[in-house]
Amino acid sequence: MAMNYSEKVIDHSLNPRNVGEIEDPSGCGTVGNAVCGDIMRVYLDIDENQVIQDAKFKTFGCGAAIATSSMATVLIKGKTVQEALEVTNKAVMEALDGLPKVKIHCSLLAEQAIHAALWDYADKNGIVIEGLERPVTDVSELEEEG
Amino acid sequence: METIYLDNAATTQVRSEVLEAMLPYFSEEYGNPSSIYDLGQNASDAVAAARKLIAGALNASDKEIYFTSGGTESDNWAIKGVAWANAAKGKHIITSAIEHHAVLHSCQALEREGFEVTYLPVDSNGLVSPEQFEQAIRPDTVLATIMFANNEIGTLQPIAPLAKIARSRGVIFHTDAVQAFGHEAIDVQELGIDLLSASGHKLYGPKGVGFLYVRKGVKMHSLIDGGQQERGKRASTENVPGIVGLAAATRLALEERETEHARQAALRDHAIRRILSEVPYTRLNGDAQQRLANNVNISFKFVEGEGIILQMAMRGVCVSSGSACTSGALDPSHVLLAIGLPHEIAHGSMRMTLGRTTTAEQVDYAVDAVVKTIEKLRSMSPLYEDFLKGR
Repeated sequence: MAMNYSEKVIDHSLNPRNVGEIEDPSGCGTVGNAVCGDIMRVYLDIDENQVIQDAKFKTFGCGAAIATSSMATVLIKGKTVQEALEVTNKAVMEALDGLPKVKIHCSLLAEQAIHAALWDYADKNGIVIEGLERPVTDVSELEEEG
Repeated sequence: METIYLDNAATTQVRSEVLEAMLPYFSEEYGNPSSIYDLGQNASDAVAAARKLIAGALNASDKEIYFTSGGTESDNWAIKGVAWANAAKGKHIITSAIEHHAVLHSCQALEREGFEVTYLPVDSNGLVSPEQFEQAIRPDTVLATIMFANNEIGTLQPIAPLAKIARSRGVIFHTDAVQAFGHEAIDVQELGIDLLSASGHKLYGPKGVGFLYVRKGVKMHSLIDGGQQERGKRASTENVPGIVGLAAATRLALEERETEHARQAALRDHAIRRILSEVPYTRLNGDAQQRLANNVNISFKFVEGEGIILQMAMRGVCVSSGSACTSGALDPSHVLLAIGLPHEIAHGSMRMTLGRTTTAEQVDYAVDAVVKTIEKLRSMSPLYEDFLKGR
């Protein structure tokens, strides 16, 4: 269909998993801005063993933005926070059978949304998650490097 | 699932009568109109008849109609051809901020050659002001190009007063009528238009064919050099089946214009009324009255346009959006920004353009689909969540 999206992207865009909010989340992060047309917000429920029990998201954005946030939440559920850090934008893209080139920034935004929620969790609990850098809101710089 | 096609501003389905008229010119009357034996002359006669019909549709003369490959070529030719031929008189051009890219990019190409272009702003309904237009005219202004009807928001420009001002100041007036020809009444004498672009595939004719009307006496250079076709102004062997199809489509469009215009305008207004009343935080883009009969363009707060298109497609409805994401560009539509929409609102726009086969049932089904789509997208929008929580 549209934009040469894979079937998985279309599926996750039209029937996104884990849409919603978590009350009193362990961590919540929002990245992107409305001017550029993409905003992603991720809520995490993390237990005392640092395992992600639940992940929810809300996204303002195109089909790919919705699909990448949906897939990112699917991939991190049940993982430890350390394992969740390994869910990179490339992992999200691979799980979706690829993205059109102009939509790669959506997967970066999804990765950063997860990082933002983890950062919030670490901040609230006064812990340091090894390898977690302060997430960026503007992914265009990452994109150029990538 | 039935597909409901509501993207007739993008292109239209070729009518069966049009296709039928074209078919013989592929395989039976396939001669080159430049050849003097019967096979060639039959093709030449068909092109001449088509030219006459289209000239009649505009109240122009046969010799003022030049067939082209479509709207984009017509716009390029009109703008560059007139600018080049009149450069000794002056190098200033006036256009509007909401023109089609065929016009805007032609003007930008001329800027790189040393021409100066004024891009007139439009008001919040997308209208060019005749007063501002008049003030923009300079002693070295040679050409003005203002579209008849906007392809995105459907706004009809005040062509008669604009053309009158241009003529009184000795400025050649071109209009891109790609969305209007065959749909709106156009009399080039009454309106005072010097050049007009049109395309076949917006009025149930074939793609790859269009025409440029050039008033007798307007000086212009050619864009395509070669043989002596189109009275030596536009070389290339005539697209005979396309030209025959364009003429057939024009004839049918004229016959049905008034009834179709009224029918579609009623459906359009019904759709607009329903969407605005059933979906909150929504606005109509474009002028409510000075508007193409088939155009519905609405912005929905808190959602993004490509998401709307995909959700609508899943429900079997083809629509379009001025969102950046659909084109791969970074900015949303230049038209929506020019009417003053903030980026985030422009991203959430949807265009539905009705056609001759659109029924009232289809419109109601599409509006139901819009209501469900926006509800669903808002339920997953962080902007809507923030709005509801008063953040």
